[in-house]
Amino acid sequence: MALLDYLLGQRKKKSANLAKDRLQILLAHERTEAKAPDYLPKMRDEILQVIAKYVEIDQDQLKISIDEENGFEVLELNLVLPEDK
Amino acid sequence: MSRVIVVTSGKGGVGKTTTSASISTALALKGNKVAVIDFDVGLRNLDLIMGVERRVVYDFVNVVQGEATLKQALIKDKRVEGLYILAASQTRDKDALTLEGVEKVIEELKADGFDYIICDSPAGIEKGAQLALYFADEAIVVTNPEVSSVRDSDRILGILQAKSRRAEKGEDPVVEHLVLTRYNPSRVNAGEMLSHDDVIDLLSIKLLGVVPESQEVLNASNSGEPVVLNDNSDAAQAYLDIVERFLGEEKEHRFLTEEKKGFLNKLFGKK
Repeated sequence: MALLDYLLGQRKKKSANLAKDRLQILLAHERTEAKAPDYLPKMRDEILQVIAKYVEIDQDQLKISIDEENGFEVLELNLVLPEDK
Repeated sequence: MSRVIVVTSGKGGVGKTTTSASISTALALKGNKVAVIDFDVGLRNLDLIMGVERRVVYDFVNVVQGEATLKQALIKDKRVEGLYILAASQTRDKDALTLEGVEKVIEELKADGFDYIICDSPAGIEKGAQLALYFADEAIVVTNPEVSSVRDSDRILGILQAKSRRAEKGEDPVVEHLVLTRYNPSRVNAGEMLSHDDVIDLLSIKLLGVVPESQEVLNASNSGEPVVLNDNSDAAQAYLDIVERFLGEEKEHRFLTEEKKGFLNKLFGKK
């Protein structure tokens, strides 16, 4: 019965809402990625080489991104150093 | 003054060629001189949708490579005055088009007094799609209310904003319009399909019109007649609205809601 479906349907999230939520996150991410300058991967490699001279790190531990905040471009470097043994 | 319009989407199969055919036909019906160019070299289809597949002698690549004149290659539509079709090549590989060659053809069309030059883009974001959008003044982004189509449209919008001639030269940006096709209002109401507001929100782009999912679109392509010429269909009405809005008329959006059912029907009826 349509009435019953309607009442029950309120409880679970509609798939269109799910689609919108997923796209909102994905598009925001892809837009910043698409805007990133071409030199970023190369710069990342070179920074990694310098760091590797002093500390032993995993290649995947360096995250690098360029974001815009309040009209400023922010270069963000994120590196997890290994625990001392 | 001529305007170059690219019809693009990123994703394939969303209705670019159907939209190109109907919009160019409707623009010509409004008294404009219109050329519609198929950029999908190797996989041409516009000729078939427009019903001129047996009249193609020379194509876009022939003109670009100097093997035929533009006049020889333009196919004059027999139904609508002022409408001309330039078919893509079916045999050449897709590197046959060059930026300089495309520019030459577009400049020649402008000099010939064409009011609108419609570039029907191939799917994807490769060279063919980039050439189709490079010279655009306006873009019609065809999108289905579906996740992968919306994502690809967002990608193509990024390319328009970065790699079109207007972007590269720092001129006014390409004017972007959204055409939402295969729209099914009852599924939107049921929460099973992204609504037009959702898509506008996600892409931050102005809605030119919604084309409802319609049997008539397949019937039209079966018979090689742009769907806009079938006056009785919702899709034709939708495309006419779209072109009138494009030309600056204020028209309320239609086909956004399903046909009303009675109250009892709603409560107890079948879905």
